[in-house]
Amino acid sequence: MNAVLKPAAPEAYTRLGKATLHKALRQMVLIRRFEEGAEQAYMRGLVHGTMHLSIGQEASAVGVGINLGAQDCITSTHRGHGHCIAKGAEPKYMFAEFFGKDTGYCRGRGGSMHIADVAGGNLGANGIVGGGIPIAVGAALALKQMKKPNVVVCFFGDGANNEGAFHEGLNMAAIWKLPVVFVCENNKYGMSTSTERSTAVKKIATRALAYDMPGLTIDGNSFADVAEAAHTAIERARAGGGPTLIECLTYRHRGHSKSDRNRYRTKEEIESWVERDPIELFQQDLLRHGMIEQNEVDELVKSVEKEIEDSIEFAKDSPAPDIASLTDFVYASPVAEAAHG
Amino acid sequence: MADAVRELTYSQAIQEALGIAMERDERVFLMGEDIGVYGGAFQVTGDLVQRFGEERVMDTPISELGGAGVAVGAALMGRRPVYEFQFSDFASLAMEQIVNQAAKMRFMLGGKASVPLVMRFPSGSGTGAAAQHSQSLEAWFAHVPGLKVVQPSTPHDAKGMLLAAIEDPDPVMFFEHKLLYKMKGPVPEGYYTEPLHEARVRREGTDVTIAATAIMVHRALEAAELLAAQGISAEVVDLRSLRPLDHATLINSVSKTTRLICVYEGTKQLGIGAEVSAMIAESAAFDRLDAPIIRLGGADCPLPYNPELEKAAVPQVPDIVSAARRSLLVRA
Repeated sequence: MNAVLKPAAPEAYTRLGKATLHKALRQMVLIRRFEEGAEQAYMRGLVHGTMHLSIGQEASAVGVGINLGAQDCITSTHRGHGHCIAKGAEPKYMFAEFFGKDTGYCRGRGGSMHIADVAGGNLGANGIVGGGIPIAVGAALALKQMKKPNVVVCFFGDGANNEGAFHEGLNMAAIWKLPVVFVCENNKYGMSTSTERSTAVKKIATRALAYDMPGLTIDGNSFADVAEAAHTAIERARAGGGPTLIECLTYRHRGHSKSDRNRYRTKEEIESWVERDPIELFQQDLLRHGMIEQNEVDELVKSVEKEIEDSIEFAKDSPAPDIASLTDFVYASPVAEAAHG
Repeated sequence: MADAVRELTYSQAIQEALGIAMERDERVFLMGEDIGVYGGAFQVTGDLVQRFGEERVMDTPISELGGAGVAVGAALMGRRPVYEFQFSDFASLAMEQIVNQAAKMRFMLGGKASVPLVMRFPSGSGTGAAAQHSQSLEAWFAHVPGLKVVQPSTPHDAKGMLLAAIEDPDPVMFFEHKLLYKMKGPVPEGYYTEPLHEARVRREGTDVTIAATAIMVHRALEAAELLAAQGISAEVVDLRSLRPLDHATLINSVSKTTRLICVYEGTKQLGIGAEVSAMIAESAAFDRLDAPIIRLGGADCPLPYNPELEKAAVPQVPDIVSAARRSLLVRA
């Protein structure tokens, strides 16, 4: 767990190379600034409803996402902003969605909990815990049927591992040897209930044994560890080797949602995780190994800040959906039906 | 000389539709419990696995929630899954994926996703299978925007509506009454489709409209025959689709006959009859009504095992006849 004593650059750094590592760091910073921006916008009343922030979990989103190509897919969760950006989503359309605008990813119909970009391989965040798991398995089945070389990464939290959908989904992925990687982001709490109180096994990854697939528990705050584990699992899935379950141990710095009063965690616990901030760890590690220079970090942060600022402006200036369009998109139009094929 | 009309059973008609759909479109595949070498609990998929192989006629584990979700995910990726529930009652295990995911995906994602799947539900009572294998739950699904819900009553419609459902870009819930599986009727050869949004007038009449679904269409037709012998002319409307509901056909029929009886097997309270009655009450046909609307639905209890109790729990031909006579007793 102590990042300071790493003697040589991790294998992931060598494999990914400088340019990709810079991209990864930028994405992590972008996710952080995006969520901080969203939080501020929420305080200022620009965001209707609630949101679930993943601040502190950026390494697992980007460590996995950096291994995916445009044709690969993900399913995400209610805490999915990071997955979304790591899969290539543009913050301006995400902000627009948060602000309920017609230019948003879901044209203002979904909000934070349903951001998706099916064309870009993000099959959607999900408001139902575990809801995305069987969907990811089905998407992987489709890829296999179409003989595509692609994979599906299925993100979910520790809470989902006690849902029936988790067990049914993992079992089917295993019996059909589907190209899917299950990434459990274990941030210790399903809302307020700790994994110690909710889950019979100490490590969620041991549940992989029941479905005859590899299961590993890793430091989800270490970009290098996540990137390496995800790389191995994704390549295995691509090669027809079937699914893997990766458990990323991580932590959300913020509460479950905007209504959380944080009564179930100690200040000390939160501080101990904030000290192991994944972005700070990654940035220091890259500097130490000479993979990035301080001025490059500064520039990268500046460009993220500009992008966030512009994105918020874009969202604010965007038009709201027309009230008359309320019941659009419930069904496909007859025209779309005729165009089938 | 015209060829003799070919007759198939309802289940053969469905099997033929599945075969044709798979031949026409390589994206179509079947999933379900024991639909492969076993041929399906009601032998609907039969020997399709021999023709199309295990990859297109996939046996699933007994995992209805997971199986439904797999169908949603595959459909989202552009495949055309047809998922067979062994009994419609088991949909209760999969409601999350059907109601929260399949039905809402297109809307929730601003029109940028499509879930073209079909779920087939053997449903209804009359087989002595008791409370957990006999329900008619179609009204549950008809309450959910984003789903289409159909209930064909003849082999001809079963084939044509299933082919249409498989081609439809939205999730279609396809209800098959188990007592219809062995019923024979004329079925055209080859490919054809029937619309998923139109009711059909099965028998024209002038005195009373009997709107019915699934097996009740046949009971209504039998009742209409008996009523004709008593000098009462009943018009029988087969709803065929619960969502979308064909308002125009019902309004036209009731405007003509001025009386309405709605017959369905699901629990009477908040069943499809409640919707049909309310829709008529809100329409221009309301002013034309000469008698209160009568609903004949399932009794307010779970389906019992004992055959006589089971029969008493759902509308039978004499119930329809007496309801029609009651309706006619109200003077215009």
